Amino acid sequence: MSIAHPTDAGAPGMSAAPAGPGTSRPGSRGSANNKQGKRHYGTHIFLIVMAAIWLVPLVWTIFTALRPKADTDRYGYFSVNGTFNLDNFVQAWAQGGFAKLFWNSVLITVPSVILILLFASMMAFAVSRVNWKFNITLLIMFTAGNLLPPQVLAAPLFEMFRHLELPYAFSDSGNLLNTYVSVIAVDTAFQIGFVTFVLSNYMKSLSPELTEAALVDGAGVWRQYWDIILPLCRPALAAMGTLEVIFIYNDFFWPLLFIQSGDRLPVTTAVNNLQGQFLSNYNLIAAGAMITAVPALIIYLLLQRHFVAGLTLGSSKG
Amino acid sequence: MSVSTDLSARGRDAVAAPARRVRRLSSRDKVVLSIMVGIPTLIQLVLVWIPTLMSVGLSFTRWNGLELTDIKPAGVENYQFVSQDYPPFWPAVQHNVLWLVFLALIATPLGLLLAVLLDQNIRGSRIYQSIFFTPVMLSLALIGVIWQLFYNRDSGLLNFLLGTSGTPQAVDWFGDSSVNIWAALFAATWRHAGYVMILYLAGLKGVDPTLREAAQIDGANAVQTFFRVVFPAMRPVNVIIIVITVIESLRAFDIVYVINRGTNGLELISALVVQNLVGEGQVIGVGSALAVILLVISLIPITFYLSRAFGKDKEA
Repeated sequence: MSIAHPTDAGAPGMSAAPAGPGTSRPGSRGSANNKQGKRHYGTHIFLIVMAAIWLVPLVWTIFTALRPKADTDRYGYFSVNGTFNLDNFVQAWAQGGFAKLFWNSVLITVPSVILILLFASMMAFAVSRVNWKFNITLLIMFTAGNLLPPQVLAAPLFEMFRHLELPYAFSDSGNLLNTYVSVIAVDTAFQIGFVTFVLSNYMKSLSPELTEAALVDGAGVWRQYWDIILPLCRPALAAMGTLEVIFIYNDFFWPLLFIQSGDRLPVTTAVNNLQGQFLSNYNLIAAGAMITAVPALIIYLLLQRHFVAGLTLGSSKG
Repeated sequence: MSVSTDLSARGRDAVAAPARRVRRLSSRDKVVLSIMVGIPTLIQLVLVWIPTLMSVGLSFTRWNGLELTDIKPAGVENYQFVSQDYPPFWPAVQHNVLWLVFLALIATPLGLLLAVLLDQNIRGSRIYQSIFFTPVMLSLALIGVIWQLFYNRDSGLLNFLLGTSGTPQAVDWFGDSSVNIWAALFAATWRHAGYVMILYLAGLKGVDPTLREAAQIDGANAVQTFFRVVFPAMRPVNVIIIVITVIESLRAFDIVYVINRGTNGLELISALVVQNLVGEGQVIGVGSALAVILLVISLIPITFYLSRAFGKDKEA
């Protein structure tokens, strides 16, 4: 039985790509290339065209963002005259209040991801390492929950939060609306299902002897989970953590629904207000858009392997 | 068998995990376990499943969303209203179907094609992968903004490339209700194809190379090998891709909401739900009826997926 280590199986999708199919027949690599030389030529043309199409919107956004509005007004948007600088980024950062928006994103993303990993790993441990009556039923319920369109639950959640009265010391709206707690809670609930599903598959592939030995030593359930299983799940936790940071950072809908004050929105949802804020100054809008993209791109560059592993590990995500 | 993506491993996990007998747990262990199961289950019930049921309940009521005592039973009125007297409803259904068809016939096959091409040992494969994958990292809301800059009537690059910029023929790609759904679909494809590509690249790596070799020895050409041997061997990935494609088209929301809140040619069921919840005259009943319609349609791919993911476990 050769169950691939999930991260190993996921990683080649990106990082080990050049070694790709060649690993299956290392000896024949050269000859295969010669034989298919002609076909690869056409493939390259196709891929270059596609890659160019793929890059155009991004390059155009960066290009626009780098030009001062005065220059585009004078020479038109479709010109290369004038100067290129980062002034739009500086201005958009200050005028759009991005420092605050990023901080809001951190306040939502960090607690959510920690709670998701904690609760999902506890649940995954219980359904995969302990045999009891309803574990499959619960796992199905968790997995299904993650696949629902968020809009299905929007009205009841909104009304629940609005009618839950809280002391003003805790929330200036007097209820859960307009608080980070509401977004964190729903993000956590919505993502637990997916992460539980992936982690439980991972934990099932770990040998049962691991915890049996601990049982003999008299270790309780919590120690089996915290000291034995969790450390072994580090690759899966890293993959899921990276993936969830991106998912929650990129989440648009829940803050849109629950948070009314513009200065409390996380960056991704605030993108919606860029056009209103910068009117039709497209140079500033472009700069604001690129600023928003930066964190996701940095995480991708640094943690690419984990991210791709996470996606392929748990591709049940819609 | 050495097919071993994690995806295909899922089916075999059940075999790998032997039927462990319930060990006698100490009472302390039982308390710990019930907390470990209880908290996540409670969160899931209170914030996902109970609200789902409440949506169903609210869809049969009339409510302005103010006082709980204002909730009045309304039978199937909301459904009648939605299907007969609510102009944006049928366009929204059509757009959701179009979204699904477009993703299924264009974006998904394109992602598969890119994966197949990049799975060969071609030079620069990693660079191409990174380029096609970049949009997957971006939020759909941001994608809406980026494409807005590209589609703009006067300052957008597309009209310039078409040579219509500044002329009366210039199209406002996101604003013109006869074309904006297509423009939005292209933006959605930009992201979806990269997503599909990365999943299929992992799937292709997991296909047993001896299968291909056997097919080639039997005289199958590359196309035959792919469609008759490699593609069927990726069944677990195919299931996931089908589910993702259907679910994504039902969840489509962010892009159209950023463009114009899902109006004027960009109606989608998900956007109509929200319009009815947050607009001036909050009509919770109508919004909930729309949400339930979305829920019922979503249950089809969800059931399909669960039966594949869990049904097979039980067989095995």
